[in-house]
Amino acid sequence: MNSEAPVTQPRILEVRTQILKKNDELARAMRAEFRAKGVYVINVVSSPGAGKTELLTRVLRELRARGLRVAAVVGDLATENDADRLGASGAPARQIVTGTVCHLEADMVARSLEGLALDGWALGDLDVLFIENVGNLVCPASFDLGEECRWLLFPCTEGEDKPLKYPTLINTVDVVVLSKMDIAQAVGFARTTALENIASMRPGASVFETSAKTGAGVDALVDDLVRRRDAFRGASIASARA
Amino acid sequence: MHETSIASFLVEQASAAAEANGIRRVTKVTIRVGELSGVVQEALRFAWDIVTEATPCAGAALVIEDVPVTVRCPKEGTIKRLASPPRFRCPDCGEPTPELVTGRELELKSLEWDE
Repeated sequence: MNSEAPVTQPRILEVRTQILKKNDELARAMRAEFRAKGVYVINVVSSPGAGKTELLTRVLRELRARGLRVAAVVGDLATENDADRLGASGAPARQIVTGTVCHLEADMVARSLEGLALDGWALGDLDVLFIENVGNLVCPASFDLGEECRWLLFPCTEGEDKPLKYPTLINTVDVVVLSKMDIAQAVGFARTTALENIASMRPGASVFETSAKTGAGVDALVDDLVRRRDAFRGASIASARA
Repeated sequence: MHETSIASFLVEQASAAAEANGIRRVTKVTIRVGELSGVVQEALRFAWDIVTEATPCAGAALVIEDVPVTVRCPKEGTIKRLASPPRFRCPDCGEPTPELVTGRELELKSLEWDE
């Protein structure tokens, strides 16, 4: 150690760069492209089994019914099951199999979008693109995917204190969806406490309560999405004209 | 375990900086890690030893500087440090604090090497 004075003098190089710079730069370029093409991109995060795919299938159907052109890419460690389920909505869906990686990174999404293009879906033909992240409440927090909006699903079955346990992820989201609310009473979910906990971890986040099973609350969530997307579209057009 | 991904990004960047500056063997890499960065330091150190193999950073010590969570109180306009784990309210007046000032850092700060 340092007990013997080193003969050589250590030298220091100040670097000061973001460790995830490569991911951040790609995500920024993707965001610029999404904006230029008017595609509103939502990154959906949650724990495994929170009901992301079930809810998204409903949301995709609803958006299609409202005349919006939608697509989804979905990350999982293994299987293509979720892309098949999302595809049942009629929207194009692509699976990203991550193998051992517990989150999506920008380059995985970029490659998947190339695949979507090979299937004949150009980004410019889309109004809304969902990126369903790998089910994980920790790892996806650090990786920007070029999205405009981040949704976090909390199923009522996970308990009202769950928002307090994952401060990193919840503090990056725009919308919190309390899912599986059709069984909230059966599992003794303390709704008011949950709402307080969310507000204390992410002041200003919009909160929606849904049941993908009954469809309750899905309309309000989709209304919010459409409002955000219209505002985004307005801003994109304004900046293109500027 | 996204620390392996983060360690890979880190070693790639540190090695590129070393090579660009003609440093053959890095002895110490210092990073700044925010409390809200979501990084488990032990997992990062574990991954570091593996990902640095056969790079200019092989054998280099990884020094991690903690960055606390600070927010701006919208009422008082001043910067406040939050307790750990954080609740996003001003510790003094209780006002919700949506604006994070520090805490998400994941930054390569410096490299050291011997002459």
